[in-house]
Amino acid sequence: MEVIQLIIGGLANGCIYGLVALGFVMIYKSSEGVNFAQGDMMMLGAFIALGLGNADELGLPFWLAVPLAIAIMFGVGWGVERVVVRKLFGQPQFALVILTIALGFVFRFVAGSIWGYSPLVLETPFAGRNLGGGGLVISLADLVAIVVTLVLTLVLWLFFARTKVGLAAQAASQNQMAAYIVGVPVMRINSLTWGLAGAVATVAGVLYATRGAIDPNIGLLGIKAFAAAVIGGLGSLPGALIGGLIIGVVEPLAGRYIPGELSKMSPYIIMLVVLVTRPGGLFAQMHAKKV
Amino acid sequence: MSLLDVENLAIHFGGVKAVDGVSFSVDPGEVFAIIGPNGAGKSTIFNLISRIYEPTHGTIRFDGQDITGFKAHDIARLGIARTFQNIELFDHSTVLDNLLMGRHTHRATNFVQDILFLPKVRREERAHRERVEEVIEFLELEAYRKKRIEGLPYGVRKVVEIGRALAIGPKLILLDEPASGLSVEETQDVAYWIEDMRRDMGLTVLMVEHDMSLVTQVSDRVLAVANGRPLAMGTAAEVQADPGVQAAYLGTGAAA
Repeated sequence: MEVIQLIIGGLANGCIYGLVALGFVMIYKSSEGVNFAQGDMMMLGAFIALGLGNADELGLPFWLAVPLAIAIMFGVGWGVERVVVRKLFGQPQFALVILTIALGFVFRFVAGSIWGYSPLVLETPFAGRNLGGGGLVISLADLVAIVVTLVLTLVLWLFFARTKVGLAAQAASQNQMAAYIVGVPVMRINSLTWGLAGAVATVAGVLYATRGAIDPNIGLLGIKAFAAAVIGGLGSLPGALIGGLIIGVVEPLAGRYIPGELSKMSPYIIMLVVLVTRPGGLFAQMHAKKV
Repeated sequence: MSLLDVENLAIHFGGVKAVDGVSFSVDPGEVFAIIGPNGAGKSTIFNLISRIYEPTHGTIRFDGQDITGFKAHDIARLGIARTFQNIELFDHSTVLDNLLMGRHTHRATNFVQDILFLPKVRREERAHRERVEEVIEFLELEAYRKKRIEGLPYGVRKVVEIGRALAIGPKLILLDEPASGLSVEETQDVAYWIEDMRRDMGLTVLMVEHDMSLVTQVSDRVLAVANGRPLAMGTAAEVQADPGVQAAYLGTGAAA
């Protein structure tokens, strides 16, 4: 029973990693670059939802505050692409890496200067509600995290695999010149993807916040999520989710059965093993491709 | 009335006048070739027409419409397709997916319909697939349909690029050195395809080419350029006989 309980908590955690990993994959799929501010966008999204929804802040109803926060973070992602990322067009990928690391710091300081550095709790309708049965206790927040993540992954996967815009984004990531001449507005598509990455990050942030307190440093979770994305293959949306779930489940199990510091290394050990045995990730779509 | 009208086109990169006052017009159903030594500005003219470069001055009219202010992604919708000298394909995708991507501007279904994969979407996809299959049959790409671009030989990739341009369903196709790097047999295939494009598909072809045997075989008119400026225009024989053209190719010493 204890194991099952650990696995359920781990799956819910893994969903959050998976959602942040989805953000990595989306940006990678459309611009072949890695957005290292993805975790911090998650953090900022959570704080914006808190700022809009909590009673001692703006006090909007939860079901209004969350969509609004998602919309705002869509705008932030869109704006980041329009104002900053686009300027790097044609520069080496390295420039984007440094830029997004810097952006992450900026987001952290912005959140810190508005909301401070001590942990805050997002007021949600799920707080403290549990579903029980057969000796198991599943918190409503965990269940919501799992369901929302599965639905969102499916929708995003369909978006990239089937829709005109999603296919255009994939085309643009492979060859911008070729994308232009078949009629893909490459710049607009990039802005849209960054906007979507901001929106997905916010969903992840809100789910994170329903399960515990938040502070401006929770964005560092992005590093684990990046490991999840790499395990999944960096180009595969379902892969990102599965990578996240693997890390999410292994963490609590390792914490329970493996001594101390070694258990904390478990996500990265998995990443190393996957990279050594399957360099393209578990769901490699980019065959023999240099990353 | 001509299909493509280029008037006094120029682009200057700093002090370098890559294209400097080029004018020509291409009639519907014509095969028109641009020739000239390396660095003459031929590909630059293509990049200006396909709106990748912004001209310093001059106008480009297509089908009676001034397209000088259009963006690179508007061109396919108008009915202009092109290939590149250095091949620009979606390297991690299959031949089929590359050709299907050529149908991008023809997709009329919306986001929600696409996600739900409604019957309308499936009908449309079948129609696009049929168009693409016609192109595959025309260019004899059947054996490569499911192959990824990155593993294909150079010659096949060049043909796939022509295929993607045809899948766009253009009125005008721009071919940038379609024969470069090809064997004699492959070049002969290209010649037949260009003739079929004109005769069976009613296409207008504008091409940049070095291979004079191909140019002579397929083109109605030829424009010779050197140093970004027009030298001569006429039939392939007339242009080749032009003393200015011979000087440009062989160097001024030889002409003197």
